Formats: sequence, C-alpha cells, structure tokens
Amino acid sequence: MANSKSAYSSAGKKQKLDTHIIVVWVDNEAGVLARVVGLFSGRGYNIESLAVAEVDQKQNISRITIVTTGTPQVVDQIKLQLKKLVPVHKVADFKREDKNVIFKEMALFKFVANNGKLNKAFEACKNFNPVILDKTNKSNVIQITALRREIDSMSKNLKKFGLVSVSRTGAVAMTRGSEIFK
Amino acid sequence: MPKLYSGAEIVFKCLEDQNVSHIFGYPGGAVLPIYDELKNFNSVKHILVRHEQGAGHAAEGYARSTGKPGVLLVTSGPGATNAVTALTDAYMDSVPLVCITGQVPTHLIGTDAFQECDTTGITRPCTKHNWLVKDVNDLAEVMHKAFEVATTGRPGPVLVDIPKDIQFQKAKYKSYKNKKKLNGKSHDNYSQKNIDELINLIRKAKKPIFYTGGGVINSGTKASELLRELVYATGFPITSTLQGLGCFPADDNQFLGMLGMHGTYEANNAMYSCDLMINVGARFDDRITGKIDEFSPKSKKVHIDIDPSSINKNVKVDLAIVGDIKSVLTSTLKTFKKSKNNFSKSNKHQISKWWEQIQKWRSKRSLDYIGSEETIKPQYAIERLYELTKDKDTYITTEVGQHQMWAAQHYKFNKPNRWMTSGGLGTMGYGLPAAVGVQIAHPKKLVIDIAGEASVLMTMQEMSTAVQYNLPIKIFILNNEYMGMVRQWQELLHDKNYSESYTAALPDFVKMAEAYGCVGIRAKTPEELDDKIIEMLNTDRPVIFDCLVDKQENCFPMIPSGKPHNQMLLGPKDQKEKKITGKGRTLV
Repeated sequence: MANSKSAYSSAGKKQKLDTHIIVVWVDNEAGVLARVVGLFSGRGYNIESLAVAEVDQKQNISRITIVTTGTPQVVDQIKLQLKKLVPVHKVADFKREDKNVIFKEMALFKFVANNGKLNKAFEACKNFNPVILDKTNKSNVIQITALRREIDSMSKNLKKFGLVSVSRTGAVAMTRGSEIFK
Repeated sequence: MPKLYSGAEIVFKCLEDQNVSHIFGYPGGAVLPIYDELKNFNSVKHILVRHEQGAGHAAEGYARSTGKPGVLLVTSGPGATNAVTALTDAYMDSVPLVCITGQVPTHLIGTDAFQECDTTGITRPCTKHNWLVKDVNDLAEVMHKAFEVATTGRPGPVLVDIPKDIQFQKAKYKSYKNKKKLNGKSHDNYSQKNIDELINLIRKAKKPIFYTGGGVINSGTKASELLRELVYATGFPITSTLQGLGCFPADDNQFLGMLGMHGTYEANNAMYSCDLMINVGARFDDRITGKIDEFSPKSKKVHIDIDPSSINKNVKVDLAIVGDIKSVLTSTLKTFKKSKNNFSKSNKHQISKWWEQIQKWRSKRSLDYIGSEETIKPQYAIERLYELTKDKDTYITTEVGQHQMWAAQHYKFNKPNRWMTSGGLGTMGYGLPAAVGVQIAHPKKLVIDIAGEASVLMTMQEMSTAVQYNLPIKIFILNNEYMGMVRQWQELLHDKNYSESYTAALPDFVKMAEAYGCVGIRAKTPEELDDKIIEMLNTDRPVIFDCLVDKQENCFPMIPSGKPHNQMLLGPKDQKEKKITGKGRTLV
C-alpha cells in the first residue's frame, strides 16, 4: 500500500504482443482517416504502417491497411472499436503468420554510387521483382515488392551499395484463393 | 416546384420532425441565422443558458430524466470548445445528445477566421460521430442521421457543425424516414443458445449475483421492470453501479447497495466471492473492479451489453450476450418461465447459504457513521433529505466528490431516470445545470442538486437561468469548505498534506442566492436541519441551501487503490472496534 498513492490501480502483468494486419473498408469522406488514426492514437494502440486509397470509385469506398501490434485483447478491442465508427463498413484482421493471406509492400530505393556498386545493388534485389525506374551514370532508382521484414533488412544491407533514400508504401494484404472477405 | 427552405429553417424542421420540444443554447455570430428562425417555430422552446457547458449538462439532465435525446445549440469557436466538457461527459456516460454548432462561412474555413476552430477535429474523440455540413442539400439528411446515431445502439453525443453561409442557402427539405437498420451499427446479436446457456448457469449457481448498470436505464423503463421480474423470480441478490441506481428498488431486501470503490461491504464481498456474476448493462469500470487481477476470481461471468466493444475490454467474460437489455431480458424471462416453473423454490434452497453469508456481511452495517449533536454530519443531512422527500417523486442530480458518493449511498432510489450524476468523466459542476435540464423536462416535479460547495461554484452562473425560467430547483450544498474527496485522499495517502484543497474565500451562499433573485437558506446544527429542509421544500422558487457540515468527515467504505474487493476500509466506528484486518489498515 505504501507505494500506491494513486486513485488508479497499478498496471497488470505485461503480455505477449502479436503483429496483426487490420484491413478496414470505409466511406471515402472528409476526416475518415483522421477518425481511424485518432482511434488508434487516442486509445494508445500502435500503428507500424498504414496504406490507404480509394478502391471503389462508384461507391466511394476506401481500403485502409494497418499493421499493428498488441495483445489478443487489444487487437480484439481495435476491431470492435473500428466497427463502431459510422463510416466503417467492415473490418478484417489477419495474423502476420497467416498462410492464407498475401502481404506485400512496395519500396523505392535510390542508390548513388559507381556502376559496379549499382549493379551489385540490383543483383541483391533480384529476389524481390526489381524494376529499374530511373538510371543515370552515377545513380539509379529501383522498385521492389516484398514483405515488410524483407524490406527492413534490405534497407539495412544495401547501405554498402550506396543506398541514400528509401520510400515505402506500407503493407497491403489480400486473401489467397477464390474467397473474398465479407 | 417544391418549396425551398433556408438551412436555418431546415434545422428547425428537423427538430420538429424529431419531436424536440426544448433546446438549450447560447447565441453568437456564427449561429445567428438559426436564432433568427426561432420565432417561426413555436413547438421548439429555447432555454438560454449562461455558459455553453451549462447548455450541455442541462441537455444531459433532460436526456437522462426523459430517455429522449437532449439538444444544444451553440456558436462557433469558444461556443463549441465550451461544450466539449459536456460532450465528453455524455460520451463517457452514454447520454444521447445532439449538439448543433455554428461555423464560420465555408470560404473562411481554414483561414483562422474570427471565432473559428476545428470543431469537428476537436470533438471527434468525444462524440459518437460528427459532421461538417458543406452543402445545404445534405443538411436534412445529416440532421436526421445525427438523431439516429445519438439514440441507437449505445447512446451518446453527436455534433453537427453548420457554416453560416449554409444556414442562409436554400434547399428542398427531405423529411425523416424511419430506417430500421443503421449501417450495421445497431447490435442485437445474440441467439437463443446464448439465453439457454445463461439459464443453465443460473440453474447451477450457488453463489450468484446480478451486477447492473446504466445500460438498464438507457434501455428504457420497461427494461427496469423486466430486471425486477427476473431478480424476483430467481431470488438472487443484486448490486448496482453508480449509474444504474434506481433500476431496482433500493429499499428491497434483495438489493445489496452500490458496489465499487465506495460501495457497501456486502456488495463488494458478494462480488468477490460469487460463483456467477450476471453483468447487465455495466462496463467493468476501474472504480468498480479495483485490482483487475483479483477481481471476482472464482466466478463465471456473464455480460449483457448492447456495445460489442464493452465485452472483454477490461474483464474477460465466460458468456457474452450482445443486445438491447430489454430484448435480452424478455427472451431470458420467457425461457426461464418455460424451462422451470418451480425453479425459484428449489433455487432459493440452493442459494440459502449464500444469503446467510450475505446477511453476515450486511451486519457490518458498512454505511454507518458516528453521529453528532453539535455538527451536521453530511450522511445525516442526506438521510434527512431522503426521509423528507421520499414520498414525492424526486429527481436528484449531483456534482462530483464526497457528497456524490454519500448521496449514492444514503439516498434510496426506487425508480429509473431519477438519478443524474457524472460518473465516467467525474465532471464537477455537472449537477446544477443538469437540474435545470431535469426541471425543464419535469416542471411539476421536485428536483434537487445534492452539491458540494467547490463543485457548484464551477457552474453557479446557471442559477440565473433557473431564475429566468422560474425553475424551482433546489441546490442542496454540503458545505465543508474543502474539496472533500481531494482532502480525503490527501489525508489517507499523502500524509495529510492538504495541498490547495481548502477554499479560503468562499462566497456567502445565502447572499449569493439573494443576488441571483432566488432564496437562500442556511442550516448550521442538526437540530434545525429538518425545519430548514422543510422550509426549502415549501419554497416554490429556486433555492440555494447552504448546509454547513463536518469538515473532517471521510467517505467510507472505501476500496483503496489497487486493492481487490475483499480488502475494504470501513468507517471510523468499525476501525475503533478494531474489526478490520489486512494491509488496508495501515492506511488509516
């Protein structure tokens, strides 16, 4: 008791955090992204990456893909709280380990180096569908698509080949097979 | 060609269609076109408050005492920001409010114009939803949608921000269509299987308890009736949260009193030791649960709630029934009656040991206090107030602090919608404006704000509103010159360092009443208290009652922070008899 001088109880035990990919279909209207993001920040949930764009121009539906971490209880709360927002149509939740779901992220790498290094850089990217989008005699821009953690390690490892700038989209997700999420 | 209406007219046509009879508000530059139309719509009466926060709390009082949504109308910028406290309060306590704010003209939005603020941005986290209306053709639909969102599912506040130019522009009026389904947001999402499971748990329970909350009251008076029926049929004990008081008669033997931080000994111990907890419309708030890890460790927990996000938020439950309390209780009673006609007899035998245990806890008489003949004990003041008003259909509002807890402990509520208090947000200054709203809704009824002198000073200006509309509200101040709950915590937890919790220069409340044009009454001794209360009740005008009470009194029982339910601090009487054990004692 001596330690507790608060009107609130002390925090409980720390639980294990899982990474989840939450996909939210929303009306594409003013402020909708702020509602979703504000819900995360206001309730203290994490956002590791976020990707959003309109996917249905006729019905003005946007698809938001959020990578988050949390205990199972927190992830449940995230889903339930999101579903309560008026412009939200549906919410899908995938675990990162889920084999039935494809997770992809696109990155643009800019290298400034001599030709030898630039070639090595392209070589190092070859497992991730590299496309050279721009090339000069001392630089190039390479586009790759890969998993988040692959891009994480690539952006670390490619420094030695003259990587000077990285731009990433954040992960997007889609289920495998003919099924779609309803 | 159909008739065209200005945005301001459309606002009132919507209010008419929604059967709104009163709005609380304060005019200003950005809402003047709406105020200009007021004269043309006689069915909507405007109540002029003295501060926008007051409009919000008055609308809350109106809503909580009627079950209808409360409506407030304020201007842009400071008008909107002043309403934020009331909106947040309503959000925490699930009160349906529709807040209409003026906004600077659309072409000035984003230019830091005079009295501009990002109203929808500021209120996004404290409303269920909000809208900035940028096209007058959307206005009617948005207004009706606002009422729908505020009142369906778990109720709460919404806000409609209307730029001044939109208020002038003209459009066709689209009337209200009563849509049954709301974008998948209303949730009756349970099956008969859930109900059967509940009945099965009820049948097996040996130490059951009902734990009920504000959700029962929000579900309508019928829900309270059904709850009573179920509680009587099962013979189970029942305890209630602060917000649920009144949904079950407080003077009934099956009622164990309020639970939680300042709940009764029997309620908290029963919650700790039960084997079946049936949560009906409560949300496992931290003032209720105490230490989560040790909250009711041996019980099966059932949670009935309309809000799916309330399930498993703080406490994991074994059976969740997502739906409107009224409909869940209807199904439960139906199944209950079908499955076991003589259930209650056999079951009463099964739980008789449990009742014996509860009687033992009860015999502690945890709400007792040491009386006095010289000074008025605050608990005594509330007891007397209750005895002298219990035959009337009395509506009680409160501020926040010790007086609020004493009111919850000692004033016995037997009907729903009679008790208006700020629970979730704990807003000092809530009670006086809330009383204004309650009295507007129930002009003939007795409305009392049980107040503390510190809280009531935060919104005291609304006395002026009460006088203007001849609202005979009674402000019953338990005056101990301290922010009592702050003082109590400082005494118990901060080595009696009473840092800034004493108000050294209080106004003379009797003279203040006179200055406002109402009646001031002061009671100084227990002897004169009854006469003074009767004098207050016989006054058909607003009254400020300055009840000078014991300055040192603490509110017990109390669960110290971070403690489970079975480690309560009891009052000084009990402490003298050295009955309490456990570490909690070191506190006192």
